[in-house]
Amino acid sequence: MTRRAEMAAVDAPRQVQRFLPNLFRTTAFKLTAIYLVVFALFAGLLLGYVAWNAKRLLDDQIRSTIDAEIQGLAEQQRLGGIRRLVNVIERRSRAPGASLYLVTTPVGERIAGNVEALPPGTLDRPGETEIEYARSSESVDRPSRAIVRIFMLPNGFRLLVGRDLEERERLGIVIRRAAGWSLLLVFVLGCFASWFVARRVLKRIDDMTGTAQSIMAGDLKGRLAISGTGDELDRLALNLNAMLERIGELMAGMQQVSDNVAHDLKTPLTRLRNRAEEALRTAKSPDELRAALDGSIDEADNLIRVFNALLMIARLETGRIQDSMDTLDLSEIVSGMAELYEPLAEEAGLSLVTQVEPGLRVAGNRELIGQALANLIDNALKYGQPAEGGQAVVLVSARQGDGEVLLSVADHGPGIPEADRARVLDRFVRLDASRSKPGFGLGLSLAAGVVRLHGGQLRLEDNAPGLRVVIALPATQTAILDASARVTAARSMDMPVDMAAAPARPRSTAAQNPVGLPSL
Amino acid sequence: MRLLIVEDDAEAAAYLTKAFREAGHVADHAGDGLEGYAMAEGGGYDVLVVDRMLPRLDGLSLIRSLREQKDATPALILSALAQVDDRVKGLRAGGDDYLPKPYAFSELLARVEVLARRRGAPASEPTSYRVGDLDLDRLAHRVTRGATEILLQPREFRLLEYLMKHAGQVVTRTMLLENVWDYHFDPQTNVIDVHVSRLRAKVDKGFEHPMIHTIRGAGYMVRDAAR
Repeated sequence: MTRRAEMAAVDAPRQVQRFLPNLFRTTAFKLTAIYLVVFALFAGLLLGYVAWNAKRLLDDQIRSTIDAEIQGLAEQQRLGGIRRLVNVIERRSRAPGASLYLVTTPVGERIAGNVEALPPGTLDRPGETEIEYARSSESVDRPSRAIVRIFMLPNGFRLLVGRDLEERERLGIVIRRAAGWSLLLVFVLGCFASWFVARRVLKRIDDMTGTAQSIMAGDLKGRLAISGTGDELDRLALNLNAMLERIGELMAGMQQVSDNVAHDLKTPLTRLRNRAEEALRTAKSPDELRAALDGSIDEADNLIRVFNALLMIARLETGRIQDSMDTLDLSEIVSGMAELYEPLAEEAGLSLVTQVEPGLRVAGNRELIGQALANLIDNALKYGQPAEGGQAVVLVSARQGDGEVLLSVADHGPGIPEADRARVLDRFVRLDASRSKPGFGLGLSLAAGVVRLHGGQLRLEDNAPGLRVVIALPATQTAILDASARVTAARSMDMPVDMAAAPARPRSTAAQNPVGLPSL
Repeated sequence: MRLLIVEDDAEAAAYLTKAFREAGHVADHAGDGLEGYAMAEGGGYDVLVVDRMLPRLDGLSLIRSLREQKDATPALILSALAQVDDRVKGLRAGGDDYLPKPYAFSELLARVEVLARRRGAPASEPTSYRVGDLDLDRLAHRVTRGATEILLQPREFRLLEYLMKHAGQVVTRTMLLENVWDYHFDPQTNVIDVHVSRLRAKVDKGFEHPMIHTIRGAGYMVRDAAR
C-alpha cells in the first residue's frame, strides 16, 4: 500500500467522524428533529382520536342492541311469564354468536342463560355495567369483557343481557399496532430525510465556504455556484456574488483613482521642481530668489489644492455618507451660497439672481452640498460671460420637483457643446484650450461626485444660450424631520432675519455644529 | 504667549518651534503623546498645538484626558487625516480648532493667537466693540465711525463684528469663511477678498486712517492706524 492510499484509508473514517458531529450541528438536522417530534405527536393524537371515536360508536351500537333485546325479553315475560322467558333465553343462548343472557331467582340462583362466573354483586346493581365474565360453554381460562344490563323482573327475578366486547378489544389492538408502526415509520423516514437534507445543504454550504476561502486567498474573479432552484441558498449566493461584484468594482475604481492621482500630480510636481532648479541655476540676486520661492509656494499651494480635491473626489466616488447625513434646509444653503458669491459676480460684471422656494428639505451633508454649489457658481462666474449684447445674468434657482428638489445654476455664456457634456464631468477636463482662467478642471467632477453620493443626478442642459447645470436631489419626507433637524432649521432661519435680536452666537467651530454636522 | 507643540515629526516640530519663536512666542516641544500630556498637565501653557497621530498616546486621547482633568487650555489639532467627519471627531474630543495638514504657517499662527486671546477673554461677549473711532453695537445692530453711521448688510455686519472681536489679530480667509459663513471648504477663489473689500469701502472710504488692513500672505486685521 502506498503512503497516499494509506492516508486515504485513514481519512475515510475520520471524514465520517467529522461528518457526524457536523450533522448534529446543522440547522437542517435540528429542524428535522423538531418536525419529527411534532409529526409524531400529531399522528399519535390523530390515531387516539380515531380510536376513541370508534370505541364510542361501538359502545353505542352494543348498548342499543342490549336495549332492544331487553325490551323484547321483557315483552316475552309480560306475555308468557317467567317460563316463557326462560324458554326464549335458552333458545337464544344456543344460537351461534349469541349475546349474553342470564335469568336468576331473587336470591341469585341461575335459572337459564349462558353466563357463569360473574363478579359477585353484579346482579344487585340494576342498570348498565362493564364486567368480566366467562361463558358457560367455554373452558374458563381467560375471562372476557362485556357490557351488561341488569333488568329487575316482577317477583324479584333478575334478567341480565350483555354483549361481548371482543370486537372492541380487537379494534383497539389493531389501532395500537397501527400507531406503533406509523410512529416507527415516521421516525425512520424522518431520520433518513434529515440525513439527506442536512447532507445536501451541508455540502452546498461547504462548497460556498470553499469558494469564499479561495476568493479571500486572492481569486477575486471567483463566484459562488448557483444551483438554479431559486431557494434560500441560491438567493444568498446571488447576493454574495453581487457583493463580490461591487467589491471588485470598488477596487478597480480605487486602482483607477490612485493611477489618476499619481499621473495628475506628476505634472505640477515637475513644474515645481523645474522652477526651483531654474532659480538655483540662474538667480543672481536675493530678490530673484525670493520671487522664485514665492512662486514655488504658490505652486505647492496649488498642488495641495489639487491633491485635496482629488482625494475628496476619490472618497466621494467610493464612499458612503449615511452616517453624516442630516436633514438640511436647502433653501438656506442656496441663498447663503448665492450671497457669498454675489460680490464676486458683481466684480465680474454679472448679476447673480436667485429664485429659491423657501423650506426645501433634502437629506445630506451641508458642507458637501455647499461646496458643490460653490463650484457650480464659481464656474458660472468664470465661464458665463455672455457674448456681446447677451444677458449678463447668472440665475441660481431651487424648487420642489416631483419627489425631488431641483437646484440649478444657469448662465448665458457660450455653454458646452452637447458632444462635450459627458466629458467635462471627468477630472481635469477644461474646455478653454487657452487655459486663461484659473482652475484645475476639478470643480464639476467634484460637484458630480457630491450629487451622486447623495443619490441625486447632475445634468448639463442647454440654457440657449449658455449652460444650465441641474442638480436633482431626492426630497426628504417631512416625517424624517427630527429634533436635530429642527435645530438646524431654526438656526438657519434666524440667520438672515434680525441680527439685533440674535446676539452673535459664539461662532467657534464647536458651537457651529450643534447637530454634529461633519465637515471637511 | 507660551505654547506647547506636541508633534512626533522632529523636522516639522523644529520648524514650528522656530517659527513661533520668531513670531515672538515661547514654544516648547514634546515628541510623543505621553510626554505631551505630562508637560501640558504641568500647566502654564496658553495654547496646545497637538498632532493627531502621535506615538504612545494619540492626540485626541491626550486632549480628552486633559479635559477630564478639567484642564481647559485651548487646543488646536493638526491632522493629516481628511475623512469627512474628522473635524467633528476632533472637536468632540475637546479640541478648540482643527487644521488639516498641510497648512500655511500664517494660518496656524493666526488661529493659535485667536485661541490664546480667547483664554483671557471674559466668558460672555461684550455688547459692543470699539476700535479707535469705530464703534459696533451688537445689541442695536449699529456701526458708527466718529459721528457717521455706517449702514451694513447683515453679513457685512457679522464680518466686521468678527474682525473687531479679534482686533489687533490676524484673521485668515478660511477663518472668516468658517466663522461668518459656517463653511469649512476652500472656496478656491477670492470670494472672501471681495466681501472684505466691499466692507472696507463702507468702513474706510473717506476716512483718514484705514481700519481694515490686509496682511500679506496671511489675511486681514482690524487695527486703529491712527495710534
